[in-house]
Amino acid sequence: MLTIDFLINTISLGSLYAMLALGLVIVYGILKLVNFAYGELLMIAGYALYVLGGLTISIPWFVIAIFAVLIAAVVSYLTEMIAFRPVREKSLTAMLITSFAVSTLLQNAALLIISPRARAVPLPDFFSQSIAIAGTDIPIRNILSIITAVALFGALSLLLKYTVLGIALRAAADDFKMTRLLGVPANLVISAAFIISGFFAGVVAIFWTARTASVTPTIGAAPLLVAFVACVIGGMTNLLGAVVGGYLYGIVYSLLSLWLPQYLLDYREAFMFLIVILILLFRPTGLIRGNTTSERVG
Amino acid sequence: MNLKRQFSKWFQNNSTLVLLLVPLLLLALLTQLLGGTLLHRIVTVLFINLLLVLGLQTFMGNSGILSFSHIGYMGIGAYASALFSMTQEAKAATLPDLYPFLQNVHLPFLVSVLIGACIAMLVAAVLGYPLMRLSDAAAVITMFAVLVIIQVVLVHWSAVTNGPRTLYGVDNYTTLWVSVTFGLLAVIVAYYFKESNFGLMLRASRDDRYAASTIGINVITVRWLGFMLSAFLAGFAGGLWAHFITSFSPYAFYLGETFAILAMLVVGGTGGISGAVIGTVAVTFVHEGLRQIENGINLQGGGLVGFTEVFMATSLIALLIWRPGGIMGGREVSWPRRTPQSHEDQALSGSGKS
Repeated sequence: MLTIDFLINTISLGSLYAMLALGLVIVYGILKLVNFAYGELLMIAGYALYVLGGLTISIPWFVIAIFAVLIAAVVSYLTEMIAFRPVREKSLTAMLITSFAVSTLLQNAALLIISPRARAVPLPDFFSQSIAIAGTDIPIRNILSIITAVALFGALSLLLKYTVLGIALRAAADDFKMTRLLGVPANLVISAAFIISGFFAGVVAIFWTARTASVTPTIGAAPLLVAFVACVIGGMTNLLGAVVGGYLYGIVYSLLSLWLPQYLLDYREAFMFLIVILILLFRPTGLIRGNTTSERVG
Repeated sequence: MNLKRQFSKWFQNNSTLVLLLVPLLLLALLTQLLGGTLLHRIVTVLFINLLLVLGLQTFMGNSGILSFSHIGYMGIGAYASALFSMTQEAKAATLPDLYPFLQNVHLPFLVSVLIGACIAMLVAAVLGYPLMRLSDAAAVITMFAVLVIIQVVLVHWSAVTNGPRTLYGVDNYTTLWVSVTFGLLAVIVAYYFKESNFGLMLRASRDDRYAASTIGINVITVRWLGFMLSAFLAGFAGGLWAHFITSFSPYAFYLGETFAILAMLVVGGTGGISGAVIGTVAVTFVHEGLRQIENGINLQGGGLVGFTEVFMATSLIALLIWRPGGIMGGREVSWPRRTPQSHEDQALSGSGKS
């Protein structure tokens, strides 16, 4: 059962999920905002790929991909500046509803401006090729997603450890009030978190849209749900937890696909969310414990 | 004389109820007088929405917990009531794999809706009890998880729901006055729940859950009761809606509808009944009006899909920026009286961040 291609595919899936979860948690850690508009950032990056790929002048794919990721980061920053910043001080509920509204807005804007139908995104040739490892064919895309994830995690942890911005981000996630009292500008830290979040969404979008080679207005829903579950499994309060949660999600999901009988296979998503509820009940800080939280009564 | 004094005392304390019910009744009468299929439809939908929004308000407004699972209970109520009220022939046509013990059941309309609402309430009671311990972000995510689970089950339980396909053959029983009657009843129920001991305890737990526990309020129990009532109202609204629209699929009970209902409550202000009523009336008219325009243009070949939602979402964001407490800011409309009334905290700016 546990063949090498199953293993690599699972890890590759886990890498995508880990990147998704990380992008969500980096904002949650500071603002305590569960960003419902996160999935739409993937959609934006997907449409950026479609629009740039459809231009008459031909641009190399790498340039298009980099632009798509940057556009997702910029849009993430814009949502923060326009929608979240004014309600930030008011209340958690107002912020949550705002993020829900931003999500609806972006999704329907895509419906309105582009089309409800799927649009093709450009893919380089090596995305559909595979190489032989230990006798089985492994898609290059899967190996690439693992390498990308590891590289990005390395880069992010260097950023967090050795730069002033990184230290400010970590401090803000620990205790935002205290960090502000020490003179760290709140807007800067939060904007940085949103930009990093959008960056990760953009990177995942490249791999996510490659699976069907197309993008639709509702493409963001599935990755958003994945990111939610992965965050809760790992613990919403720290970044390592998010990464672990993402990989665990990939493993559990693959195993469920393997082991569940046919008639229950359709209910996989429901099982994943049941796990979320159970974890929140019995271990509300996630599997990796961060700081103490005061989220429960009774 | 005594009776008159009693009434004037009651009116002084409960002028909110009268001030909400009378205009709603006038709206219904006006619709009846003016006629017109479109206006009839919009106002019928409006009163069903009123049930839904008030259901959401009883839990969310009083407990301060954002409930994303609400539309799921509407879906349960819709499917459950349809299963009991459909004729045998209709069931055989649309649900060939239905369990034998359900095949021959054919109950009157209102009984079916009541059963549907009770099933929704039961599901909420079982799923909800362990969740009532959670607050803030954990509560939001689990509520969202419940919505996803209900959605997945509705889409895949083909024997009962016809799967992702449309369920058709439900009879049309929900007329304008059925919907008006239950919409007005919901106003009364939600109002008295808010003013009751339980409602007061729930609101206390919203404002400060630790202080509420220290004076002997069992936060989990009062939240649970509010949650069940909220699910019952949603289930009831689902039943009425099913017998109004007569054919529907599980996708009607997901994020789109959730957004619409949340928008209605938030526009008016979550903290009060008045906010819920005003928000529902305003948003329903704007929403349905825009949708008519959108559909009209699409029928003529123009591509305007999503215009309504873009407009609604933009206005909601703008409203949250300038007036995060909604139009009413958690206050109730009331007849002016001599002693100044204490204003409640704005629900939106009071909850969370504690």
